Amino acid sequence: MSPRLLLLAFFVVAGAWAGEIPLEQRRSGYDLMSRETQKIQDDDATNPGMLWVLDGEALWSARAGTANRSCADCHGDAKASMKGVAARYPALDATRGKLLNLEQRINACRVDRQKASPLPYESKELLALEAYVARQSRGLPIAPKIDAKTKPFLEAGKEAFHRRQGQLNLSCAQCHDDHWGKKLAGSVIPQAHPTGYPIYRLEWQNLGSLERRLRNCVFGIRAQVPDLGSEELVDLELYLMWRARGMRLETPGVRP
Amino acid sequence: MARAVVTVPPRAKRGEIVEIKTLAQHSMETGFRRTQNGELIPRDIIRTFTCSYNGVEVCRVELHPAIAANPLIAFTTVATESGALTFRWDGDNGYTVTEIAPIKVE
Repeated sequence: MSPRLLLLAFFVVAGAWAGEIPLEQRRSGYDLMSRETQKIQDDDATNPGMLWVLDGEALWSARAGTANRSCADCHGDAKASMKGVAARYPALDATRGKLLNLEQRINACRVDRQKASPLPYESKELLALEAYVARQSRGLPIAPKIDAKTKPFLEAGKEAFHRRQGQLNLSCAQCHDDHWGKKLAGSVIPQAHPTGYPIYRLEWQNLGSLERRLRNCVFGIRAQVPDLGSEELVDLELYLMWRARGMRLETPGVRP
Repeated sequence: MARAVVTVPPRAKRGEIVEIKTLAQHSMETGFRRTQNGELIPRDIIRTFTCSYNGVEVCRVELHPAIAANPLIAFTTVATESGALTFRWDGDNGYTVTEIAPIKVE
């Protein structure tokens, strides 16, 4: 690498780190939304995400695939076995040598254990199962496992977060580290902590995954939108979870 | 799956005003949207919601295309006697969901 490139790299890195939010100043998107929307989320009787959680509960004990097994046949009561699981995903799958997010983990289980076809991304069933599993971690601190094996994925996610891209030439960090709390059109820019996924987004009128949300943002800066389930998105998910480490999960979250 | 969730206080004092919340899972497709090919997506909404308390209608709602998906309907009624509240949602394409919730009045 030439000295000029090194210098450039230094400025890119230095510029990127300057804006990182101190741990004690981090706030969930929940804190930045209106009181009315907070109330929808707070009450299980009004939180539409609970409809998916209940669907997921039914799917948990429904047999599927040629193995004719349900999630419950292996994992038992999700309230005990799935507690804290969503808080540490994406996680490394040792046999595949790949980083898997929660949706991919559920599908891996379907293919390997139930001998069933994987559920399509953003399908009602997959979101329901994900919401049900993640619901069991509500209130628990986000704690992805970072070690020598997952570090490269974290670094890749960090790089993606700080990389300027698209026709608007913006990085995630420029909005969510440097300008959170300000307005983008009529909306408050949140800090982008994945505390409530899958979320019921009022704009979507539907439940959606973190990847759907990330693709929205990438589309918004007019960049090439990565495919659902692509490595780039999963790496970014890991970085966002690490960035939100210690914050409490709120699944199912409601967002404007 | 057509799911609906109702929240009724399980017990109430006679004459007390109780709040009832209902949430129905429905996409509430307006009938005004089009696909990328320009074809109209047919309307698919909930048309009516009714709640009867021991056979007496205490709430009736007409729903229209501008109402959000998964409509939340909350209302109050006076707890008169023990019994059951019957909730019913009816909509396009034969959509019908019924939920029954007991209430104990002391």
